[in-house]
Amino acid sequence: MHVLLGVGGSDLSYQALDETIERAREAGDEVTVAVFDGHETDAGEDEVQERVRERLDETGFEAEIRRLSGDPGSRLVDVAESEGFDRIVLGSGERSTLGKIQLGSIAEFVLLNAQTPVTLIR
Amino acid sequence: MTRRYPDEPAGTFPAPPRQVTDSEDRSIQLRCADGTDRTALIEMYKQFDPADRAQGIPPARETAIERWLENILDTDRYNVVASHEGDLVGHATLVPDEDDGYELAIFVLSAYQGAGIGTELVETLLGHGQSEGIEQVWLTVERWNDPAIALYRKVGFETSNSERFEQEMSIRLA
Repeated sequence: MHVLLGVGGSDLSYQALDETIERAREAGDEVTVAVFDGHETDAGEDEVQERVRERLDETGFEAEIRRLSGDPGSRLVDVAESEGFDRIVLGSGERSTLGKIQLGSIAEFVLLNAQTPVTLIR
Repeated sequence: MTRRYPDEPAGTFPAPPRQVTDSEDRSIQLRCADGTDRTALIEMYKQFDPADRAQGIPPARETAIERWLENILDTDRYNVVASHEGDLVGHATLVPDEDDGYELAIFVLSAYQGAGIGTELVETLLGHGQSEGIEQVWLTVERWNDPAIALYRKVGFETSNSERFEQEMSIRLA
């Protein structure tokens, strides 16, 4: 299976990276990491990309990293569709202080518009 | 993220403690709650109907309920509970956000829903908030939860963001 993982810089997006690496090792999946600025932290794309690169190096897992320019939600859906990915994986669903889970707008767009199955890590 | 609030403050809300009669003629006590109500609240949330959970709260397992309540009953939070014949049947809370606002949530046991207790609880909590000097309150509610949205609107909340899965509503208290 070829998995497209979106990482936008939130804590949950890095958790999704770890879980995707672990799962890919077990299942023999091929992974492409699409890096974007999810505006949930101050980290820009460069910083997000660097952190993804470090994590991959630490775990010794091989994956292509690429940048998504433009609107992250629609770009993830486009790339998955036009390049024949089997699944999109995203981390989203941060909790408010009170404890309510809130889905980000990028995750909402991908869930509603993707033609592939979507795995939401939360 | 900047939240939007109505320009005009809402009216004055009643402060706790209060006693009200619900539409099924039950006498309901409304009062402030704190850490000493922890055990009673855990008992109430253990009876909570899983179908009435919203956006992941209240948590299902007892250990998770305890952890969640520890945060809700911490300092700087404001809590009001509703009780009937000594047992807690509802709870409403205000928890500070990262700015100057407070997030509101309310829970009523299913046997006590639809009797006006939720409205009384929200109004009494807002009255408590007003007397503590809170000015901005917001909440999120699932878009399909029409009874809850109608309740919040009746109390004076206005929709501030409807572009997400969860509808955001807010009210200005002062």
